Amino acid sequence: MSCIFRYIKPYLRRMTVGLVIKVLATIAELLIPWALAYMVDEIIPLKSVKMILLWGCVMFLFAFLAWIGNIGANRMASKVARNTTERLRLDLYTKISYLSSRQAEAFTMPSLISRATTDTYNIHQMVGMMQRLGVRAPIMMLGGIGITMTLDVQLTLIMVCMLPFMGIFVYKISRKGIPLYTYVQEAIDRFVRQLREDITGVRVIKALSKVEYETQKFDQINEEVVNRDRHAGMIMNILNPVMNFLLNVGMVLVILLGAWRVNQGLTQPGTIIAFMSYVTLILNAMLFMSRLFVMTSKATASGKRIEAVLDTPQDLLLEEHAPLDTEDHIVFDHVTYSYEGAAPNVKDITFSLKKGETLGIIGATGSGKTTLINLLMRFYDVGKGAIYINGIDVRSYETRKLRTMFGVAFQNDVIFNDTIYENIRFGRSISREEALEAAEYAQALPFIKEKGLDSVLAIRGANLSGGQKQRLLIARALAGKPDILILDDSSSALDYKTDARLRQEINGHFSDTTTIIIAQRISSIMGADKIIVMEEGEMIGYGTHQELIQSCPIYQEISQSQMGGEEKNE
Amino acid sequence: MSSPRKPDIAGIVQKEREREARRAPKNKKHIILRLLRYLMRYKWYVFFALLLSVGSNLFALIGPLLSGYAIDAIELGVGRVDFQEVLRYCILMIIFYALSSAMSYGLAVLMLQITRKVVYSMRQDLFNRLMSLPVGYFDTNPSGDIISRFSYDVDTINTSLSSDLITLFSSAITVIVSLVMMIIISPKLVLIFVVTVPMTIVFTKKLTSFTRPLFRARSRKLGELNGFIEEMMTGQKTLKAYHQQPNTIEKFKGRNTDAVDAYYQADYMGSMVGPSVNLINNISLSLVTIFGAILYLGGSMSLGDISSFVLYSRKFSGPINESANIMSELQSALAAAERVFRLMDEEPEPADAPDAAVLGEVRGDVELRHVCFGYTAEQEIIHDLSLKAPKGKMVAIVGPTGAGKTTLINLLMRFYDVDAGEITVDDQAITGLTRGSLRKAYAMVLQDTWLFHGSIYENISYGSDTATMEDVRRVAKAAHIHNYIMTLPEQYDTILSDDGTNISKGQKQLITIARAMLLDAHMLILDEATSNVDTRTEIQIQEAMLKLMEGKTCFVIAHRLSTIRNADQILVVRDGEIVEIGNHRELMQRKGFYSQLYYSQFQ
Repeated sequence: MSCIFRYIKPYLRRMTVGLVIKVLATIAELLIPWALAYMVDEIIPLKSVKMILLWGCVMFLFAFLAWIGNIGANRMASKVARNTTERLRLDLYTKISYLSSRQAEAFTMPSLISRATTDTYNIHQMVGMMQRLGVRAPIMMLGGIGITMTLDVQLTLIMVCMLPFMGIFVYKISRKGIPLYTYVQEAIDRFVRQLREDITGVRVIKALSKVEYETQKFDQINEEVVNRDRHAGMIMNILNPVMNFLLNVGMVLVILLGAWRVNQGLTQPGTIIAFMSYVTLILNAMLFMSRLFVMTSKATASGKRIEAVLDTPQDLLLEEHAPLDTEDHIVFDHVTYSYEGAAPNVKDITFSLKKGETLGIIGATGSGKTTLINLLMRFYDVGKGAIYINGIDVRSYETRKLRTMFGVAFQNDVIFNDTIYENIRFGRSISREEALEAAEYAQALPFIKEKGLDSVLAIRGANLSGGQKQRLLIARALAGKPDILILDDSSSALDYKTDARLRQEINGHFSDTTTIIIAQRISSIMGADKIIVMEEGEMIGYGTHQELIQSCPIYQEISQSQMGGEEKNE
Repeated sequence: MSSPRKPDIAGIVQKEREREARRAPKNKKHIILRLLRYLMRYKWYVFFALLLSVGSNLFALIGPLLSGYAIDAIELGVGRVDFQEVLRYCILMIIFYALSSAMSYGLAVLMLQITRKVVYSMRQDLFNRLMSLPVGYFDTNPSGDIISRFSYDVDTINTSLSSDLITLFSSAITVIVSLVMMIIISPKLVLIFVVTVPMTIVFTKKLTSFTRPLFRARSRKLGELNGFIEEMMTGQKTLKAYHQQPNTIEKFKGRNTDAVDAYYQADYMGSMVGPSVNLINNISLSLVTIFGAILYLGGSMSLGDISSFVLYSRKFSGPINESANIMSELQSALAAAERVFRLMDEEPEPADAPDAAVLGEVRGDVELRHVCFGYTAEQEIIHDLSLKAPKGKMVAIVGPTGAGKTTLINLLMRFYDVDAGEITVDDQAITGLTRGSLRKAYAMVLQDTWLFHGSIYENISYGSDTATMEDVRRVAKAAHIHNYIMTLPEQYDTILSDDGTNISKGQKQLITIARAMLLDAHMLILDEATSNVDTRTEIQIQEAMLKLMEGKTCFVIAHRLSTIRNADQILVVRDGEIVEIGNHRELMQRKGFYSQLYYSQFQ
């Protein structure tokens, strides 16, 4: 929780002012019954209508003061809660944005989403409630105890001696509540995951008539969330009745001791009667406070989850590595990497590219092609070896500087629910003309023109065909006139003709750009300056199309299957 | 950090009202009724809860009564206190307080049961509706917003239901009793309440008409924020690749501010309710005192009467006060309920015709007759398409991207209904069949692979209820993914992570192909099924694919023309129209669009 308090801290002053106003307003409110008692006891016997009206006005005055004060204080409390949440959520989102892929995977995406959403709501609610209930209740309680003190100290002490029991009890229960609510939030994470899956997979689910099955799965997780929540609620709800009971036991003790004291002539029976009414006041205050504790333990559970993200140390830091003296633009030097830490996904990869050269990577599904890109762009750090761009180790680049060198279209890349222009521009300073130019190179111009640059795309680009999506993504990659262009199997949905034209445009207009193309079709890469053939994480062929066709049996096989066989037939 | 914008309450309220007016008119009563209907599913629980609340309140009221008796026993004065009597009452008090506490705990537990049941069935109903919505719904509604309705909005309703309902009920009892007592004491003074109570009601109503739109805005803004977060998280890798974090954080800032502002504005107005109702009560208290005093002077009231009247009026106004406080909570619950019910009221896929037949034994003759279709009325994508796919034949659809190939699949599986013409399976119009049985008759592998968080085994056997581990291994081997799976630490029990970083897209496709192989269907749809699989693997699985296609009516969309050379019929689609039709040999001889496409592979 300490971390949450850090966020409240800047608003401590405003909070204090709000609290003081709240205290004053509460006092004004408490003065109304006092004024009433005074009128009944002192003013009415005077039989003066004027005085009655005067005191009536005093009561009005208190009422208005309480009104203004309470509203003012509530609003200040809301403001503090608003500002705290705004900053906390922003920092959390910022942190999440900069988590490394590995860290984000460890948290899992649904969990990160629910931390940024439901957990921050819980905090928002708590901060607001705390200020509103947190003042009135303690004042009532302390005030009540204070007044009883003036009545009879010994009787008060008897009553007060119940307080430590209550304190311990409240502490114990709310401690217990934190793990319980953490447990609830974990179930919510899974709930969110299930829901997300069902939303994205709705076509498949319907096509396979698995709606019933998914409903059952949903049913299970729904039940689990509800059960855990109920379980937490059942524990937390013990608080109220027990506190109530303890305080009432305190009151019974007061009566017993009072009886003895009255018998001894130490106390008046009237005092005991007065005691009763104050006990009710204190009791009510206690009830509010226990509600506060329930909220706090819920919020603490959320706070801890948020903290866990905020406290994650920054990964992929700038590292000092010796530069490489080379003319080459990109150098892979004996690179090995493993996602799981077990069998390496890529082994001992070495190659180099000059500026403006094109590299083609081909190989079986799961042979580690995309992994090479992930390492080059430093989504992950290499296990062994090193990668250099312009002779500088990628780990020694500032992330921003490193990434802005690239234009990239991934295999299963995302289209955002925004205009076509924004999807190409993607936050960079790219004019509409430049966007259109890039679209033209990417062969995307016809359909973009038809739809209009400002037409909004559906979620996940659902109103585009597979090929249109890919061309839009390529336009995005080209629009930044990158130093390094990466197309990771991103023309697979294009027909051959379009694909061929696309390559011509890239060759013609991006001759200074070093290009890496991952593809399944040999025609997409056969013109490349260098080609790597990957197989189970290893480079089993490296060279030009002509060289490989001579030397690499697998490459021959691929080539044969795609083109050679055909030529013979026709 | 931005400071809260000066709440332009009137402006927001105005806008929200206009927004509401544009929607189908739904009134508050309707929503409350629907909420109550949920509660009434558990009416016995509710009834029992009300009994318990009355019981625990009564027992708690017996306490002061007993303490009064105890004090009577003490009152005898110095040296004459009847300790036996005092002790007896004290023990009784403890017993009653213990009972009351036990009952109030019982009540809390019962309320928890009820509300969780309501939450549970509300979510269940939401989910059932969600699953029955046409697929197009998911293309226009951000999943984050949908999730927000399931979590935040349902929770808000639940919080309010659990605490507010009992309070309202016990308040009502107290109010009635106090009112009766006051009328007995002084009917004249009660006249004051004739003024102040309606004042409270009118005021609360007025304020509510302001706060409601604000709470509505609050729920909506949170939903939007969730939608944004969800979308950005999905696109994480790309955002990182383009170093777009600073920009998205900037965008997030705006939405976050919108969301907290909406929350603040609702609070800003909502927090007026409590103190204001308090004010009205305090005014009425002052009035009671003043007029009571004047009446006393006139001789028609005693001092004792005034003090009891005041006591009861306190008791009377307390619950009203509390109810008013609850009103603002209720507002947020109603606003949330609106969003929940709106999703529940979304138009589902049109129900199967009442006399819809179940597609049982399928031969697999598919025919399209003069089919026209467009996602929107303005843009027709398929014009007057007719084609015949007899049992066991393979129909390939080729053409430039965006020519409407995937749309055809949507129509075949009835994700959408045709605008004109008809589609038949075994000479039965598919509009006359149940959707479930129609879809089950197809096996399909789509371009967008969908895997869920679960083991590889579960992912492959998904769609087949009878598949054993042996079957799964068999198809995995046929799809050439078995070897890869065996290299994984947990093999077939390996859990696929959310975005499947541990698995490439091609491997995902192989898994979905394996999945399709387990399906016992007579018709098959392959939409770019192997687009991310390398060609060597593709050849290796070709045998398995052919076996998969054997005896089935197949619809194949592919760019690699090599995959479809063997098709019985090739449709060449261009701009939603079939420009050529025939088998590979015929089309090549025609030297038309197809042959152009074909040769472009080798350029």
